[in-house]
Amino acid sequence: MDDASPHTPPTAPSLEVSGLAYAYPDGHQALFGVNLTVRRGERVALLGPNGAGKTTLVLHLNGILEAGSGTVRVAGLPVAKRNLAEIRRRVGIVFQDPDDQLFMPTVREDVAFGPACAGLRGPELEERVLRALKQVGMEEYAARPPHHLSFGQRRRVAVATVLAMDPEILVLDEPSSNLDPASRRELADILRSLDVTVLMVTHDLPYALELCPRAVVLSEGVIAADDRTQDLLRDEELMRSHRLELPFGFDPGAVDVPSP
Amino acid sequence: MHVPDGFIDAPVSVAAGVFAAGAVAVSLRGARRELDERTAPLAGLVAAFIFAVQMLNFPVAAGTSGHLMGGALAAILVGPRTAVLCLSVVLLLQGVFFADGGLTALGVNVTVMGVVTVVVAYAVFRLLTGLLPRARRSVTASAFVAALVSVPASAAAFTLLYWIGGTTDIPIGKVFTAMIGVHVLIGIGEAVITALTVGAVLAVRPDLVHGVRGGPAAPLKLRVDGALVDAPAATRDPEPAAAPRSSRGLWITGLVSAFLLAGFVSFYASASPDGLERVAADQGIDEKAQEHGAAGSPLADYGVGDIANARLSGGLAGVIGVSATVVVGTGVFRVIRRRGEEPGTAPHDRDHENA
Amino acid sequence: MGAGHAHKLYRQGHSPVHGLPPHCKLVAVFCFVLVVVCTPREAMWAFGLYAALLGAVAAAARIPAGFLLKRLVVEVPFVAFALLMPFVVPGEQTTVLGVSVSVPGLWGAWNVLAKATLGVAASVLLASTTELRAVLLGLQRLKLPPLLVQIASFMIRYGDVVTDEMRRMAIARRSRGFEARGVRQWRVLAASAGALFIRSYERGERVHLAMVSRGYAGTMPVIDEVTADRRQWAYAATLPVLALAVCLLGWTL
Repeated sequence: MDDASPHTPPTAPSLEVSGLAYAYPDGHQALFGVNLTVRRGERVALLGPNGAGKTTLVLHLNGILEAGSGTVRVAGLPVAKRNLAEIRRRVGIVFQDPDDQLFMPTVREDVAFGPACAGLRGPELEERVLRALKQVGMEEYAARPPHHLSFGQRRRVAVATVLAMDPEILVLDEPSSNLDPASRRELADILRSLDVTVLMVTHDLPYALELCPRAVVLSEGVIAADDRTQDLLRDEELMRSHRLELPFGFDPGAVDVPSP
Repeated sequence: MHVPDGFIDAPVSVAAGVFAAGAVAVSLRGARRELDERTAPLAGLVAAFIFAVQMLNFPVAAGTSGHLMGGALAAILVGPRTAVLCLSVVLLLQGVFFADGGLTALGVNVTVMGVVTVVVAYAVFRLLTGLLPRARRSVTASAFVAALVSVPASAAAFTLLYWIGGTTDIPIGKVFTAMIGVHVLIGIGEAVITALTVGAVLAVRPDLVHGVRGGPAAPLKLRVDGALVDAPAATRDPEPAAAPRSSRGLWITGLVSAFLLAGFVSFYASASPDGLERVAADQGIDEKAQEHGAAGSPLADYGVGDIANARLSGGLAGVIGVSATVVVGTGVFRVIRRRGEEPGTAPHDRDHENA
Repeated sequence: MGAGHAHKLYRQGHSPVHGLPPHCKLVAVFCFVLVVVCTPREAMWAFGLYAALLGAVAAAARIPAGFLLKRLVVEVPFVAFALLMPFVVPGEQTTVLGVSVSVPGLWGAWNVLAKATLGVAASVLLASTTELRAVLLGLQRLKLPPLLVQIASFMIRYGDVVTDEMRRMAIARRSRGFEARGVRQWRVLAASAGALFIRSYERGERVHLAMVSRGYAGTMPVIDEVTADRRQWAYAATLPVLALAVCLLGWTL
């Protein structure tokens, strides 16, 4: 933790993954040399078929899984045992099932968990919690148990739990899954309003196109494509070869998207 | 099996409380070693599972049904230490939060339903899996026997407590016979369900049943232009070697359980509410008073059939048990922790010393 | 004891009893029950006074008598057992309503029934005026080992989640025409139990990942702490202190 922020150049990319390979203890190898750089402030979609290793990659970003080979750097800081506390503060992962993420008895305590683990207490902690809840529009629900919220609300609180840690990069695992269209749009608005680097793992290609100017395809444990999201989605052959399919009637060329 | 209010006198209650506290303290420390910092979420979820699975009804016949107690199952699936913690927490919450099971009966109830069931089931299970050839059928068979033995053992432990510290003299001859009969029957139900459930878990995630983890890792490959090449040597830190561990706690647990059981066998002249309940049933007075076991709650609902007994398990026994649990538990926990801070204890090491 | 059942116990309110710090209430109830079980069974009037004390607490907490009495129903199966004692305990016989019963048995039944009922009532009062979470904070304050408090807290948080999963599995079974009628269906039910275990365990692993991802390193940060001042302690102590006076009278009279 000592060699944290002061020495890292401010220009370092938010995320630098190089040559990352990993096999699970049971021998199953999931990653075969991933190279990926995400610059500060970018919003990148990580696409790929089931079993491509997306979740495995995500778990390397904050050091839950240790690289079998290769390196991961977050804002210049290598993911390694000695840096784990700082790395986990910098990388905010929002997991797919908000019930897994919201493990504390109330929304407020859950949002406070991360900063409190980092040592924040008292009014400073309260302020941080309130700010994070406001960012996702959930400040009125602070005293509620997570179990009593709707799925969309829980997803938003899950985002707040990591925002409260002032992350360098927000990593979202299937953020739009199980959301009704209104919740989906609300979440998109929230994500757009945030001034933070985003890596979004998703199968929801229209959502990726809407939110992320850039997309990468992870397939068979390597990055198979890296391009503007719109161009990537229009490359039919690429899409087919990686089992990516657009929803019926959706034409990625027909929508206006922000340029990267 | 829940001890009613005022049934057990003070000294025995204190002893049960101390025993429960010691067992919980040993388990806390052991579970930490088994699961490291995953203890809290994993044990919490397993406790939630036990809580839920006790509500799963297994129909027996003609409108009656039974449910799992879960002690043996928990012991086999997650190991004895975590199992003791899970069951203790379930009992604690039943008592404190839901006013189901007496704020005050914890010492006796944790001893009887948490510790004895788990320790006996696990000891039998390890012994049998050690003796039988390594096969899935051996594991389920061992689970069956372990669960079968654990229920009467737990009843026996209660009987012993009552024999030493019961507040009302009840003739026990006929009751005893009925009680053992009932608990063997309950044990059969528990055994069948436990064995089937363990079998179901074995079929899908055998690694969750017993330390079938690890294994030699294949060298990592990199995919370069579609072809696989060997990756550079791993940079991962080697796993810390397992430090020698003191099995003192388990020995104590085992010894005390052994004493409990031995005591029961020698002095079986005793009585128990369970036996009485059974006698009540025999006499047609109370067909419905239900044992906290696998034989059927006629209401087919844990919530209605069983809690009541737990609720009534209050009394001096528990009052003193609870205080002892809290005071001694914390004390023992601290002492053990202070004395037992061996460096380099590795996570994932499994339990084999109390088999 | 379903989780739904658990929620029914707590009654939202702003009475002085609701407002007491949870650890004060825990200690008070604990001492009260301790005093009750130490009371000699011959002092029958003392148990009446205890009941009156609990009634006063219920009134202060604005818990309707009906609610309290309904909760006491959990005791019913045990009543049957206590009623049996006069018939099976040997000793001097007496005749009640033309039936021969034993005197020590009657005393034993009375002893157990009276003390158990008061214990249930006290616990119900505690549970209906204190939120689950507050009880946990209270236990934490009373120095229950933190790991135990954490396990309990996770169990409460995920009790509903796991129970819901179990219900969904039951619906899925029934939707496919499965109806559990007897022992022959146990294999299917056990498969569900096994699946439920795997799901719970895997969820535990995922929860752990989520915790670790936010900087958890083995100890929970203390975010909320409950405190009590002298006045609150004194208020909470009223119940056990009065009960103690009754108990002492019971021994001396």
